[in-house]
Amino acid sequence: MATTTTAPVHTMPRDHYLNSTYGIRSWLLTTDHKRIAWLYLAGVTFFFTLGGIFAAMIRVHLLTPSGLLVSPETYNKLFTMHGVAMIFFFLIPSIPAVLGNFLIPLMIGAKDVAFPKLNLLSWYVYIIGGCFVLYSFATGGLDTGWTFYTPLSSVYSNSAVAPAVIGIFINGFSSILTGMNFAVTIHTMRAPGMTWFRLPLFVWAHYATSIIFILGTPVIAITLLLVALERTLHLGFFNPALGGDPILFQHLFWFYSHPAVYIMILPAMGVISEIIPTFARKPIFGYTFIAASSISIAVIGFFVWAHHMFLTGESTYAALAFSLLSFLVAIPSAVKVFNWTATLYKGSISYDTPMLYALGFIGLFLIGGLTGLFLACLGLDIDIHDTYFVIAHFHYIMVGGAIMGYLGGLHFWWPKITGKLYPEFLARIAAVTLFVGFNLTFGPQFLLGLMGMPRRYHNYPPEFQVLNVLSTAGASILALGYLLPMVYFTWSVRYGKAAGPNPWPATGLEWTTASPPPTENFDVTPVVDWEPYDYKNRPDLGLTAPAAPLAPAHGDD
Amino acid sequence: MHRTGELYGHFQTLEQQKDSATLGMWIFLATEILFFGGLFLTYSINRQTYPGVFADASKTLDLTLGTLNTAVLIASSLTMAMAVWSAEAGKKKLIPVYLILTLILGTVFLGVKAVEYHAKYVEHHIPGLPFQFEPGSTAATNAHAELFFSLYFGMTGLHALHMVVGVGLLLWLLRQSLKGRFTAEYNTPIENVGLYWHFVDIVWIYLYPLLYLIDRHK
Repeated sequence: MATTTTAPVHTMPRDHYLNSTYGIRSWLLTTDHKRIAWLYLAGVTFFFTLGGIFAAMIRVHLLTPSGLLVSPETYNKLFTMHGVAMIFFFLIPSIPAVLGNFLIPLMIGAKDVAFPKLNLLSWYVYIIGGCFVLYSFATGGLDTGWTFYTPLSSVYSNSAVAPAVIGIFINGFSSILTGMNFAVTIHTMRAPGMTWFRLPLFVWAHYATSIIFILGTPVIAITLLLVALERTLHLGFFNPALGGDPILFQHLFWFYSHPAVYIMILPAMGVISEIIPTFARKPIFGYTFIAASSISIAVIGFFVWAHHMFLTGESTYAALAFSLLSFLVAIPSAVKVFNWTATLYKGSISYDTPMLYALGFIGLFLIGGLTGLFLACLGLDIDIHDTYFVIAHFHYIMVGGAIMGYLGGLHFWWPKITGKLYPEFLARIAAVTLFVGFNLTFGPQFLLGLMGMPRRYHNYPPEFQVLNVLSTAGASILALGYLLPMVYFTWSVRYGKAAGPNPWPATGLEWTTASPPPTENFDVTPVVDWEPYDYKNRPDLGLTAPAAPLAPAHGDD
Repeated sequence: MHRTGELYGHFQTLEQQKDSATLGMWIFLATEILFFGGLFLTYSINRQTYPGVFADASKTLDLTLGTLNTAVLIASSLTMAMAVWSAEAGKKKLIPVYLILTLILGTVFLGVKAVEYHAKYVEHHIPGLPFQFEPGSTAATNAHAELFFSLYFGMTGLHALHMVVGVGLLLWLLRQSLKGRFTAEYNTPIENVGLYWHFVDIVWIYLYPLLYLIDRHK
């Protein structure tokens, strides 16, 4: 890591997308994908903070077996609102709407996405949906669980269900617009020479995610619309007293919500595929397999939804099929983990903050993914369904995986987005703090689940207290791990050192333009004639191979 | 201010712009298939569970008006296709003619639907308002018939909403065509609205037999 030459001193470019126009209207009426990414950053950070406050209240409440903080009814509202805020308004938009919006045009050599005005509309739709949900939170809250099972949500709940489901319905169109935009952009707006198999894997990951946005989101939209109609007009689609079928709701709900979890993880996997080659200074291993695995996860992910319903009385044969398919969908994820590991092997590894997050991702996603296989086991699921084992499983993937991917990506591309460097030492401390806090929070929850502690309960038997207290202690450390980046990122915008175009250095088109980029991204339309992740063959970046150049990752497509 | 037919700043060529717009419309239609799909699934499950009541409820729908509407909508797809052809053939004067014909047919469809909805209102077949199927039905039959009509209004209502949007798009196209904006070289908006209009027509082609023709042969 030590160099004998002094580090070059960079200055910020004079004109870039952040200072090209001023005033609130230039931000609220922007069609620049880079500014829209900032708008989304503000929105998702707000909902993350809100969801985090609910999580803190849950963990404090669970310090004692009989519950410390709130009434049982309020506890139901806490875990529901935590889930709704985090899933629909933070995790699903986060990487695609912030990093995807900013980077995809840059990575493919385009000036903007295919439909810039629809991009801005998608943010407004997100905000309007969010306002409906905030209204619900403020006027009685929501106590149905983020899964809105009927007939509790459609008939019996005394909480503000209708505005919440309307808000999530509206927010769904934000996802649909984003998915449409990315899919068309990647198809039609690649620069000359940017063939499909020269695309960064981040772009492949977002293409796969867009497939899910496009095909899955409309189903949750119509489902929640039916819940709202049932609740307000007393219809009977999902109400058994009126001849309706609550299990139909669950099928419709999970048909989207399972692919939704792949919406949450595929972009993070795309981030990891960018970070690992950069900080191992080695081309990624198995580019084609990683690209194909993203598409496979998106496709197979549509066929496993009823593994959430093993205990609803579905037929043994249906359960068998869904269990088998759930095992199958793990295979492409495993392919990625193997390929990232193979990329690290014999690489020249440095432990910059993005790499710390990426390495953490691999380990934590592995645990989360493997425990998903435990849950896909029909016999085992009977005992661990609806316990803390499930909670630990999905938090290992969504927090240990998706959020660490998001933070790793924010750190990796922060210099490009802002033109400034964040403080590296403090950032590494924050990453380690987050990792330790995370494992202390959710590791004990696997044990609690196996010991039989149910989820969504406001109290528990006294023998579970030690593990619950450990979990809450971990949550306080985790919170510190999240607060630190919020502070130093904000600090760096004003006081950070200028980053220059390519601080790492990394290959990829986005690193060839200034930091921050000009509004039109590139001064001249790039013409691509090199292979992706060519870390051994870029003397301009100080990365040279002693021997012959490596064969391209894929043939001349 | 962008004028229809000009190159947007972020595109490199008009061909790229056209390809993007058309691909975008196809993808949007894919989302619409999934959107309506949830309703079709709910319909299928409920019809399989309550076949007798669904057949009885279906028979209270006006077959003449439903069939008329089907013919009207298919004719409107023809006139829409003629509008697209006129643009591609460069016959600029014909474009507004066919667009207006499509508009008229679409409006007729919506008018007939209004008549049908009113008839349902009079017969107390609108769920949510006091719903009463045949006098003397059991509570269960009443509830199951209300399910049928919830689906009827939900599906045809959602379809009608899409028709209204379509009418709005046609009015916009009419305005642009009267300004002479569409030529043989540039007619992407007409083509894409045509795609949308044909999709809405296809949805109706499924709705008509599923809602109006249950057990009519018996």
